[in-house]
Amino acid sequence: MTKLTVLALTSVAMLFLAAVAEPQPSAAGNAANGKRLFETDGCYQCHGYAAQGGRDGPRLAATAMNAQALIRYVRRPSGAMPAFTEKVLSEQDLTDIHAYLKAFPAAKAAKDIPLLDQLRDK
Amino acid sequence: MTKSKTRAVDRRGFLKGAAVAAALSVKPPIVGLDAQSAEPRRMVPLPSPGQAASETSPPPPRVGVYTVDRPGSDFMIDVIKSLGFEYVAANPGSSFRGLHESIINYGGNKSPELLTCCHEESSVAMAHGYAKIEGKPMMVMAHGTVGLQHASMAIYNAFADRVPVYIILGNILDVAYRRSVVEWTHSVQDAVAMVRDYTKWDDTPASLSHFGESAVRAYKLAMTPAMGPVVIVADAVMQEEPIPQADRRTLHVPKLTLAAPPAGDAGAIGDAARILVAAENPVIVAGRCARTPNGLKLLVELAETLQAPVQDRPFRFRMNFPTRHPLYGGGSIADADVILGLEVPDFWNATHAQTPVNRVGMEVRPTTKAGAKQITISSTDLLSKSNYQDFGPYAEVDLSIAADAEASLPSLIEACKRLIDSDRRTAFAARGARHAEAAKRTRQQGLEQAAWGWDASPITTARLSAELWNQIKNEDWSLVSDVVFMSFWPTRLWDFDKPYQYIGGQGAYGIGYGAPAAVGAALANRKHGRLSVNIQCDGDLNYAPGVLWTAAHHRIPLLTIMHNNRAYHQERMYVQDMAARAERGIDRANIGTAITDPNIDYATMAKAYGMYSAGPIEHPADLAPAIRKAIEVVKRGEPALVDVLTQPR
Repeated sequence: MTKLTVLALTSVAMLFLAAVAEPQPSAAGNAANGKRLFETDGCYQCHGYAAQGGRDGPRLAATAMNAQALIRYVRRPSGAMPAFTEKVLSEQDLTDIHAYLKAFPAAKAAKDIPLLDQLRDK
Repeated sequence: MTKSKTRAVDRRGFLKGAAVAAALSVKPPIVGLDAQSAEPRRMVPLPSPGQAASETSPPPPRVGVYTVDRPGSDFMIDVIKSLGFEYVAANPGSSFRGLHESIINYGGNKSPELLTCCHEESSVAMAHGYAKIEGKPMMVMAHGTVGLQHASMAIYNAFADRVPVYIILGNILDVAYRRSVVEWTHSVQDAVAMVRDYTKWDDTPASLSHFGESAVRAYKLAMTPAMGPVVIVADAVMQEEPIPQADRRTLHVPKLTLAAPPAGDAGAIGDAARILVAAENPVIVAGRCARTPNGLKLLVELAETLQAPVQDRPFRFRMNFPTRHPLYGGGSIADADVILGLEVPDFWNATHAQTPVNRVGMEVRPTTKAGAKQITISSTDLLSKSNYQDFGPYAEVDLSIAADAEASLPSLIEACKRLIDSDRRTAFAARGARHAEAAKRTRQQGLEQAAWGWDASPITTARLSAELWNQIKNEDWSLVSDVVFMSFWPTRLWDFDKPYQYIGGQGAYGIGYGAPAAVGAALANRKHGRLSVNIQCDGDLNYAPGVLWTAAHHRIPLLTIMHNNRAYHQERMYVQDMAARAERGIDRANIGTAITDPNIDYATMAKAYGMYSAGPIEHPADLAPAIRKAIEVVKRGEPALVDVLTQPR
């Protein structure tokens, strides 16, 4: 089998798996449990305790992603993030984490924070 | 200088004299020690015949200890002073006690002045930080064995960072001079063997004349790009014995003439200029490019001549380019048709992507587009060693110029200017405008990003950086720490535009460098009246916190703000990666990586070392007053520390 054939078959298999493994959260997330999981399961390590993001991971606070998108990404991330399987983070866990992230209020605009406003190019 | 009370003798002559004295039962010299009198008395039932004889016979003649005029270490100081050292950092050690004494008495403890260090790793890292501000080496003294073992990681950092550090080791090579088991275990056949893989040059002089020549040669080599640490072994006997009479008329201090740094071949520079001027979308990647203040000016001139953006990711090694310049940080390697690397220690990594640590396997791919031309100007090719792998993967470039980048910039700039016609000038202006607009957008996005978690506790690194900037922006400041663990917030928010405002990182990523390097850099800044600021990682400080005492003892003004995330956080993330791969225990990565239970009270630690301190600061609103008060202390000429509980990054 050529490398190209292997790649093609793998791609088809991945598409199939992705279709059948579409996450279906069982219920609405529990933000309090999500906060606990965010801190104990290490999400904060790259994304910060306030989910503000940093060098090692993007901001997740008030994420625009829905729960399904978050679960999909956590299972098959790109970049430097490790994949977290169902065995270590269930769909319900991730749904709770998503609820926690959604509960963050939007940040103030930089222009409304004097220390940042003074840094703006005017 | 101590005046001679008796004639100077060498050890061999002295022993011979003592033997003759014993045979003739002459009276002992005026100044003397009875070694036997120091022996503890032991209770024995019956003395042996020998013991009985020794107790009934007259005492053996006392052996003399002669004062010396001009010990060899005085000449060493003459040589050292000629090299212009301001300071010598050392944790005291018996194998260089002669040199120590000559520094403080014969040399008057000036140029160099002795800095008392609590660990040899601190001594070398202080010298490392000092050199990055001052542009010349600090001297370090250490034992050839145990001291060098302590110092070795810091030496590796300096080597990988291509920074000159000048190290003198004490050693007792001649077995006849080793007085006890301590001096035997502190002696070594080839002291430098342990660090030869990561030093630029070393020698073990066999005479004072040899010392003079090698000491000056070592300085010259340390300062010739590619720079690096050098080591001279100063034999203790040579230090302590008088300068031989026969040598006194002939010994001289060799003249130091620093070598002009190697500039790129004219033909190759011309080729580089043609490629750069013809490029539609060039990107400059700067590593350790700006070696002197002029390096920053030259890089700005090259970038503006070409209207090409300058990147210094992922590790900001030097203060290469002003952070608010419209050409700073922009451009894309993926879109570039020409990439110019200037003293980039791992150029391959700037142009390739690898499988992250959390993925199985190892695949690599170039991040450049097909046909993109790659040019490097680097002195790395002039100083490579085989064992320690500080050079990165082999980069397949189109034009490689083995030279000091800063020294090559003037001819490259001129060559580019000669080739730029009005059409290219018009195209460059349009390109510059695009990059300026992109830089403005990036900056605005950074400010909006900084607002997230603004009031969080632990305090975000963005908030900490903004609060700190607000207090130092009107001062003549110098950031004497790295920005990598701060998510680069200082370089994203602050206005860096002077060559001494940033010193880069460890070199070989050896942790424990940060605190001592900051103290050394602050010492270099002291005579200029600059406000030195150190954002200090907690894990790093705990390797050798005694350097806080050194800063307090020597009145080195330095504002230390703790980035106290209570963890070896980088390693925690790696463990988390492994746990996720193994599908188990993702809630256990704190084991072995947390610095908690008990929490370390850095304010109390600093206070114990004699330093003003405050904290821990948990809430962002408490930051500004704490920083303000600490700056007042630093402005009085003292170090101060503010402990701040921070987000991981």
